[in-house]
Amino acid sequence: MRIIEFDDVVKAIRDIIVHCGTDLPQDAYDALKTAMENEKSPVSREVIRQILENADIAKNEKRPLCQDTGLAVFFVKVGDEVKINGGLLKDAINKGTEQGYIDAYLRASTCEPFSRANLKDKIGYNLPAIIHFDLVAGDKIDIEYAAKGGGSENVSRARVFPPAAGKDGIVEYVKEVISDAGPNPCPPITVGVGIGGTFEKAAISSKHALFRNIGSRNEDPEMDELEQRILEEINKLGIGAMGMGGTKTALAVHIEANPCHIASLPVSVNVQCHSSRHTHITI
Amino acid sequence: MSKTYYLTTPLTQEQTRELQAGDIVYLSGIIYTARDAAHKRLVDLIDAGEELPFDLKGSVVYFVGPTPPKPGDPIGSAGPTTSYRMDSYSPTLLKHGSLGMIGKGKRNQAVIDACKEFGGIYFGATGGAGALLGKQIKSAEVIAYPELGPEAIRKLEIENFPVTVINDTHGNDLYKMGRALYEVK
Repeated sequence: MRIIEFDDVVKAIRDIIVHCGTDLPQDAYDALKTAMENEKSPVSREVIRQILENADIAKNEKRPLCQDTGLAVFFVKVGDEVKINGGLLKDAINKGTEQGYIDAYLRASTCEPFSRANLKDKIGYNLPAIIHFDLVAGDKIDIEYAAKGGGSENVSRARVFPPAAGKDGIVEYVKEVISDAGPNPCPPITVGVGIGGTFEKAAISSKHALFRNIGSRNEDPEMDELEQRILEEINKLGIGAMGMGGTKTALAVHIEANPCHIASLPVSVNVQCHSSRHTHITI
Repeated sequence: MSKTYYLTTPLTQEQTRELQAGDIVYLSGIIYTARDAAHKRLVDLIDAGEELPFDLKGSVVYFVGPTPPKPGDPIGSAGPTTSYRMDSYSPTLLKHGSLGMIGKGKRNQAVIDACKEFGGIYFGATGGAGALLGKQIKSAEVIAYPELGPEAIRKLEIENFPVTVINDTHGNDLYKMGRALYEVK
């Protein structure tokens, strides 16, 4: 058994939240730079230039990249030889999240669903975090984190198709979701597509797909090909940066596919804005 | 060809009716922040015939919920939020004298029609550029609904705040125009 102190987890989580709030990850920065170089529309090029200048200001002056500092989303793989000393892992992640959001002057964005009352005094500053746990072999904790804003989440959708829909059905569906979204999710976007599993498995897979580094290739050649095909179709829509018209609506399409029931083909599309704030640590 | 304007609030219809979708505007002066919850309260006050927390005439309303300011700063990061959530309220504000909105994302036909009728402009600011835009805000003061936290109404003093005309007073929509130029059917 490996003992990990509760406070060490809190500090690690706090640090990645502070870092991600102000420092755009290199993969996202590089992808935006490449998009700016290849964008045909001068208006969209200027928008991406502003986005990159914003990232420079945020990093140099330690200011939040965006006022929507998101809900904190985690995918956590816990080794079966790990024991947390001093409390529950879930509580440590939430405590670190709260500290990070306060310390970096990020926004408390969680509220009650109907009264819309902010929950910062009732549950905690920007709590609860959204945490997906998995149990694995080993003596480490693997943590993937992303800050997920509301504008891009609001255009995300899921649907269970009949198996006959196939790849063509999925391509058309993703195109339809992104076309309807237009300027709203702050393009250039990353598109996560979860395929297969059950209804919720597809949705969680589409979320997790957004944690992959932009510019990385899918290890499955069939899915890699489908990603490139969907990306090309999305970029034909003409939406462009912030919807001003252009050729770079999406930076990447990431697919996670799962085995599914013989009767169904679940598909979920989760969108991330251009400010793809994500990171990965191992404790 | 798009033009560049430097305008100071409050706006006049003489100014707004000259603007075309795609024009770049650097706004200075006083603007007011309001998101969903504040809009609902403003429209409720108008419906009840009561006084509003600020003068609507020629006003520009910014759809934003900023991050908390760092010590010594007037405001934190302050980029636009998605505007469609204000679609059901904006025509009422335009009807009562407001002439500008700053946000990001599509508006519905009722807002586009109200811009035509009442001389209003929907400006787009770059979403996700909150650090850059926050720097153009020189002072900020909560003037109503502090209990709403980031959604409270703030009076902002801005200087050369960069926006683009999305919906003008002639019924044009930059999102549709821009997309038509680059869509491959």
